[in-house]
Amino acid sequence: MRKSRLFLASLLVLAACGTADTPATTTASGGALAPVKLQLQWFYQAQFAGYIAAVDQGFYKEQGLDVELLEGGVDIVPQTVLAQGKADYAVAWVPKALASREQGANITDVGQIFARSGTYQVAWKDSGITSAADFKGKKIGNWGFGNEFELFAGMTKAGLDPGKDVTLVQQQFDMQALLKKEIDAAQAMSYNEYAQLLEATNPATGKLYTAGDFQIIDWKTAGSSMLQDAVWANTDKLNDPAYQQQTVKFLTATIKGWAFCRDNAEKCRDLVVAKGSKLGKSHQLWQMNEVNKLIWPATAGIGTIDEAAWKQTVDLSATTKNQTGDTVLTKQPAGLAYTNDYIKQAIDQAKSTGVDVNGATYQPQTVTLTAGGA
Amino acid sequence: MRRALFAIGGLLAFLLLWEGYKLVGNPDGTVLFGTRVLPRADDLSMPHVWTVLSRLGQPELAGGSPVWTVVLRACLFTLGITAAGFVAGTVVGLLLAVAMQRFVIVERGLLPYVILSQTVPLVALAPLIAGWGGTIWPAWMSVSVIAAYLAFFPVAVGMLRGLQSPGTAGVELMRSYAAGWWRTLVKLRLPASLPYLFPALRLAGAAAVVGAVVGEISTGTRGGIGRLVIEYAREATSDPAKVYTAMLGAAVLGLVVAGLVSLLELPLMRHRRRVEVATL
Repeated sequence: MRKSRLFLASLLVLAACGTADTPATTTASGGALAPVKLQLQWFYQAQFAGYIAAVDQGFYKEQGLDVELLEGGVDIVPQTVLAQGKADYAVAWVPKALASREQGANITDVGQIFARSGTYQVAWKDSGITSAADFKGKKIGNWGFGNEFELFAGMTKAGLDPGKDVTLVQQQFDMQALLKKEIDAAQAMSYNEYAQLLEATNPATGKLYTAGDFQIIDWKTAGSSMLQDAVWANTDKLNDPAYQQQTVKFLTATIKGWAFCRDNAEKCRDLVVAKGSKLGKSHQLWQMNEVNKLIWPATAGIGTIDEAAWKQTVDLSATTKNQTGDTVLTKQPAGLAYTNDYIKQAIDQAKSTGVDVNGATYQPQTVTLTAGGA
Repeated sequence: MRRALFAIGGLLAFLLLWEGYKLVGNPDGTVLFGTRVLPRADDLSMPHVWTVLSRLGQPELAGGSPVWTVVLRACLFTLGITAAGFVAGTVVGLLLAVAMQRFVIVERGLLPYVILSQTVPLVALAPLIAGWGGTIWPAWMSVSVIAAYLAFFPVAVGMLRGLQSPGTAGVELMRSYAAGWWRTLVKLRLPASLPYLFPALRLAGAAAVVGAVVGEISTGTRGGIGRLVIEYAREATSDPAKVYTAMLGAAVLGLVVAGLVSLLELPLMRHRRRVEVATL
């Protein structure tokens, strides 16, 4: 036991050595582009279209930034990469990033790009399940790893004890368990897993399943939703005026990227596909459209952190227990967990160049999914 | 020739088993006391062999290149990573084995850690190794390092066994010739270790493939078969055959690496007789 600790300790020392000599970041000097790394949560997909578009359309270059997007992986935790100084900014869900903060990651939410949560619980229409209260006695799929707390908050709100009143089932990446009726309700993101259901063939009819086959429980309407994709910055570096300026520039270009994808969904779909995403075209367009719905309309301007939504996220994170009795947070977040300082400046700058930062008239389109999303 | 026949026979038996189970198995699987003991046999969980094969010929996405070219390219990419990891791991393993054979204190001090190194879960290690990418080694090499990390172990342990295999008689004979440590190593211990080395190398080859595939998944490295498995797995709901094409690719990659490692044996086979004489 002691030996293994020693070994781990030496590993950690090595790791510290490894990171110590990373070059400190980026101060724009003269006309040269300042290199900036953005760590994404996952592989390239339309969920990150705004950043991809801002790179492709040269919005970051206009701001004097040379932005490199880093793809995520199964074991890549964006907020940890950011805290270690391996990236300058990271995209991460708020509850998970706050949990990392509690464990010492020194990061700050500087732009709440997704104002709304895209998490659903999906059941069969004919199952009679229409709300979280109907979960009683049913088999409920959940992803775990901190992705399950909206579900647990929803069930707790509906008066259920998630540990006793439902049978919890660990869910895979895919939606087969729901299609096989092994579980009665499955966790799904509006922009991804839910689309997968509609891309699958119904063996009974030989055609694709339709939205009419499923019942969505949307945590936004149930009041248990939490904030998701946000741009996080390194808190310590935010004391540095150069990094502050860079943050404003980065956010300005990011806003332009997302506004571009709102107005040019098909073009952004093509950009994502060109990035080598293995998901099909109709799936990506669906995702683009659903992601746009999570952002637009943005009444206070895209990226502005809404205090009420923040408070709801923090409260749910601190009070909701999962099946093992854990909460995401054990106390209120300390220090600078979020700030609207930089996104406000960025919004003003974007506005002054004629970008519509509110999208008040935004209308989602109707996307038809094809088999397999191809 | 006979080995090839056996291999084909084994493949046929597997295919028959697969299709046979699909024929007789319960489409919803067999559940005993709430635990699934037999998998579901429906097309979503176990697509027909010919569905998987024909999927290989169809485009990956509408208008894209056929799946088999994508899988092949990914396999070649991973083969490169595996080869780099295998070579690095083998070199490290050999050096460790020689050092441990030479100095008892090194063996006493190091061997527990060599064994311990394999009990550290890969999922804990992979992000750490990926984090070093770009500092100690270029980012693309991180996956090779993970492969090497798994590959060095069987070589180190197997080679140590091999180097220690010559009997007292052999060692004392060398001493009577006034042969030093180096000469004993080259003339006696290395030839004697070959029968131990090759099985170890085969294990290392398999470990390197696993390391490369898992490393790709864990670090999200683009281009290889591990990444393809997880990308296709996301489409398991609507396109189950596609998932199996990537897994088929990974399996074939494993076989190819195993085959290449056995090829290594061929030029050294000539020494085999001498090895047996030397170890007598």
